[in-house]
Amino acid sequence: MALRRYLYYPGCSLRGTGVAYDESLRECFRQLGLELVELEDWNCCGATSYMAIDEGAACVLSARVLALAQQQAPGVDLVAPCSACYLVLRKTEDYISRYPEIRSRVEASLRKAGLPVQIGVQVRHPLEVLWEDVGPEAIRKRVQRHWRGGRVACYYGCQAVRPYGEVDRPIRPTRLDELMEAVNVPVVDYSLRTRCCGGSLTGTIHEVGLRLNYILLKEAVRRGAEAIVTMCPLCQFNLDVFQNEMERQTGEPFDLPVLYFTQVLGWCLGAELEKLGLRHLIAGRDLVERWFVKERPVEAYV
Amino acid sequence: MSERGQKLPSDVRVGVYVCHCGVNIAAVVDVRQVAQLARGLPGVVVARDYNYMCSDPGQELIRQDIRDYALNRIVVASCSPHLHEETFRHAAAAGGLNPYLVHMVNIREHVSWVHPDRERATEKACELVRAAVRRVVWHEPLEQARVSIHPDVLVVGGGIAGIHAALTLANAGKRVYLVERQPSIGGHMAMFDKTFPTLDCAACILTPKMSAVQAHPNITLWTLAEVTRVEGYVGNYEVEITRWPRYVREDLCSGCLKCIEACVYKDARFPDEFNLGLSKRKPIYLPFPQAVPQVPVIDPATCIQFKSGKCKKTCVEACGERGAIDLQAVPKVERVRVGSVILATGFQTFDPRRMPEYGYGIYPNVYTSLEVERLVNASGPTGGEIVLRDGRRPQSVGIIHCVGSRDRRHNPWCSRVCCMYSLKLAHLIRERTGAEVFNFYIDMRTPGKGFEEFYQRLLEEGVHFIRGRVAGVSDWALDPSEEGKLVLRVEDTLLGIVRRIPVDMVVLAVGLEPRSDAEELRRLFRVSCSAEGFFLERHPKLAPVSTFAEGVFVAGCCQGPKDIPDTVAQAGAAAAEALALIDRGSIEQEPNTAYVLADHCSACRTCVSLCPYSAISIVGGDGRPHAEINPALCKGCGTCVAACPSGSIRQHLFEDEQIVAEIEGILAGVAGG
Amino acid sequence: MAVTRTLRYQREADPEWTEWLRRQPGCEAFWECLQCGTCSGACPLSIYMDFTPRRVIALVREGFYRDALSCQTIWLCASCYACAVHCPRGIRITDLMYTLKREAIRRKVHPKGLPTPVLAQEFYRMVQRRGRNSEFWLVLRMALKSDPWALVRLARSGWRLLRAGRLSMRTEQIRQADQLRTMFAAAREGR
Repeated sequence: MALRRYLYYPGCSLRGTGVAYDESLRECFRQLGLELVELEDWNCCGATSYMAIDEGAACVLSARVLALAQQQAPGVDLVAPCSACYLVLRKTEDYISRYPEIRSRVEASLRKAGLPVQIGVQVRHPLEVLWEDVGPEAIRKRVQRHWRGGRVACYYGCQAVRPYGEVDRPIRPTRLDELMEAVNVPVVDYSLRTRCCGGSLTGTIHEVGLRLNYILLKEAVRRGAEAIVTMCPLCQFNLDVFQNEMERQTGEPFDLPVLYFTQVLGWCLGAELEKLGLRHLIAGRDLVERWFVKERPVEAYV
Repeated sequence: MSERGQKLPSDVRVGVYVCHCGVNIAAVVDVRQVAQLARGLPGVVVARDYNYMCSDPGQELIRQDIRDYALNRIVVASCSPHLHEETFRHAAAAGGLNPYLVHMVNIREHVSWVHPDRERATEKACELVRAAVRRVVWHEPLEQARVSIHPDVLVVGGGIAGIHAALTLANAGKRVYLVERQPSIGGHMAMFDKTFPTLDCAACILTPKMSAVQAHPNITLWTLAEVTRVEGYVGNYEVEITRWPRYVREDLCSGCLKCIEACVYKDARFPDEFNLGLSKRKPIYLPFPQAVPQVPVIDPATCIQFKSGKCKKTCVEACGERGAIDLQAVPKVERVRVGSVILATGFQTFDPRRMPEYGYGIYPNVYTSLEVERLVNASGPTGGEIVLRDGRRPQSVGIIHCVGSRDRRHNPWCSRVCCMYSLKLAHLIRERTGAEVFNFYIDMRTPGKGFEEFYQRLLEEGVHFIRGRVAGVSDWALDPSEEGKLVLRVEDTLLGIVRRIPVDMVVLAVGLEPRSDAEELRRLFRVSCSAEGFFLERHPKLAPVSTFAEGVFVAGCCQGPKDIPDTVAQAGAAAAEALALIDRGSIEQEPNTAYVLADHCSACRTCVSLCPYSAISIVGGDGRPHAEINPALCKGCGTCVAACPSGSIRQHLFEDEQIVAEIEGILAGVAGG
Repeated sequence: MAVTRTLRYQREADPEWTEWLRRQPGCEAFWECLQCGTCSGACPLSIYMDFTPRRVIALVREGFYRDALSCQTIWLCASCYACAVHCPRGIRITDLMYTLKREAIRRKVHPKGLPTPVLAQEFYRMVQRRGRNSEFWLVLRMALKSDPWALVRLARSGWRLLRAGRLSMRTEQIRQADQLRTMFAAAREGR
């Protein structure tokens, strides 16, 4: 199968707390014959904070990323796995095309830096790439391992499916669920699938951030999910890291694995275990061990 | 140029009249200066400005001047010809002048209303008047053609609008063809239980009219029928109607319904369209008890005989000697000639699946308002019992207003009836179940007769009114009291507080929108649609049931959302307009038609295929073939005039000399001449 | 019992500011607001806000910008865009919130003691200098500047992250940080 090539923009989170996403995404794409070439010298997208300080500077940051992509591989799609990066890059493209004032600032800065001013980069989320360029049917055919874990709640988070994006419809998206079903992972009907995790609120107004994530976990459990599948590093972080603290505060036990969809997909497609970044998970380690690691061949499954 | 050349006709005496239109024009345009300029133009004998040219004294001015100055051309600089061309042509005719020697210049919509700068606006008005004076010189006297009006009328759509229009016409002694797509007439109104605000029974007031249609000697009713082709013009439409087979012959059936009983399917097992899938029917069925005609219909998609050809045909057996069941029936095409048409094709309700946040199609206890109309209806799937799909009786019900309406992502308009029908449903639900009912509204709109009083009554009945648009419906329980319920999350905007309200049943007050195939009908009848897709009336205030296609009228929700009283009033108005047309017997046609210079025409047929009104044919056979335009069909669009490669098609009121002179008049100002 | 007086004089309203706001990117449509409250209903954080998003729109529309700029609401907004996708008028409320955040910081009227604006500013400075954000150092700086006691709590999750191999103390930096700085300067100058 011919390799399809994509430029890869990991973003700051995948260098730190979201390292498991980085590892499993690379592996998952490799399994499907999709090549990821990391963008050289990429910078931060500005996330939500930049827009709150300086709109012009926020657009310049993203514009540099887009221009680097244009310079390094014109015509090649740019994959941004972090929902915040994805939204910010796409929003910048929208702003540049919509507002002449912003366009002229951005173009002035690109010209000064000797970067291409005409940008025609398609920014895409990995879920969108898997859905549109590979397709759930093709993925179903490539399943190597039979899922023996429990039911999962697919959590889309907010920014990837919101305006400016094209990952899925913004209200009640279904593609992540359908992709999980394609690799025989049972899903629960999770009505909070796009309810925000609070993003950086767990770091700023902690009790509010914590409450948002408590709600998400509690409803997933109520729905009968044994794990949550995510597609954004910040969502994964918030849901994974604070379960202990929630348990202490509420007295309700929480120990749910919070997985990246690329970890589940990669495993089902037969990826090498150590390449899925499972060691970086914090909550629900016993289940992760049982579902992923204690592997036995499943002869029955063809 | 043409054979007439550019020689100015002799003895041209032009009168120019500049209207102030109160301050509408005079506040921006210096009307005196415009008249002043006109006085100096070649051929102009008299030029005046006047406060209201359209007033009786204004018109009298023109009449008098024609006599005093022997005027033979008139230019009126005022508003749009759409409004007053008729007025000034009449004035000229009353003064003894051919009405087509008048030309209007629009210095209101085209000048004073759109240009703020007085000096430049005046300059533009002067240039337009100069151009008009040059043009009118080339005008020629024209005669109007008369076409006779065929007295029969076609009514498309058998809902309350079509029924009322058809009965009005038939009672006036006119022959009416009523075409309905469904197996029965009655439309949406037949689905309702009660009507707001009086709460009278919809069936009790509708079914007598349905029977009257059936029994009326002047009405030919075709159900399961669609208009498939329209030709002709006002007064003389030729319409082709395709009648899809019912497989039960209306002329033989007695309505005993034994065939339904005898069907090999002992139980009804297919979704019943009339009950919106809330109940089941057999492959042979009567849409609803009061259906007109009272004749069963066979659905070939579910009937075994049609699917496999191997049915015992117990229905045929049951019908016996009557032999009304005709499984071999084929579509039948009817062709009728009518003078006028009334479109009354109604609406469709917004499909709430387009708004997944409200959970329709996801949670079984989320209903559309139309489904609840069937639930509360005594002849509905539950016999009027309000029960959920699992048989439970709801203890709390949330009615969400404006679903799909007032929403830029879907339908930006207000659907006008939802506030009121929501009140009606709230009342019926509360009356029959005692449930706690919450209405979630953005604005309560109760502007009809007795509507506000009905709202007052609901307030007194203890129904909750929460001002806020529900953001989402889900089965996510955050509190034990919400387990097993549908939870509505909404900001109570009057409190400024976000609330979670658990209910057993959600009713979505879906809006009204144009039928998805309205565009096809629009094209067939050459009427216009508004941006929303509703049929467009000729004038929103002064010609509300006429369309831009002469002789075609609109009634009911196909023109825009409206309630039953308004629909019936509009249907009556459409019938009256059609009657007025018929009783005139004939109408004059605008003479702005195209005509062929036969000697120049090479019969290349370019124009024939381009004409949107099929008005052009090739005549002259073996002798000297050339194109000929039927002036009764020609609408004066000018397509053929522009397309003719040899320039041998011309058009009255748009002659080359007139247009060139007008252009030169405009450019003369630019050149400083 | 303390009572509050809430009368609002019309002279307190500044229609020119509202006009200015309307011209900002993403803020064009707030004029069309129906005050239906869908934004507040869709917002997961509205229940913590001093003014619901709908009320913020009502405030800015009427020109009462002081309340709108000094309220907590804009700093509770997590930019999830739920309001924007649900709004029946297509108002991009999240983008409006961003504009209010910028204006509040520019006028220095944001509520004191809220760590959110501190985080935004620290983030801004770090990326301005190095082109990337290093999570560990960012959180540390924010905590030191707003609420040092939070470090106790943070230490616990920090330890868990460290054990899981997810806490990097390396300072991330792009190679061409100077290029980025040139770009910011060029953008400030405008065309």
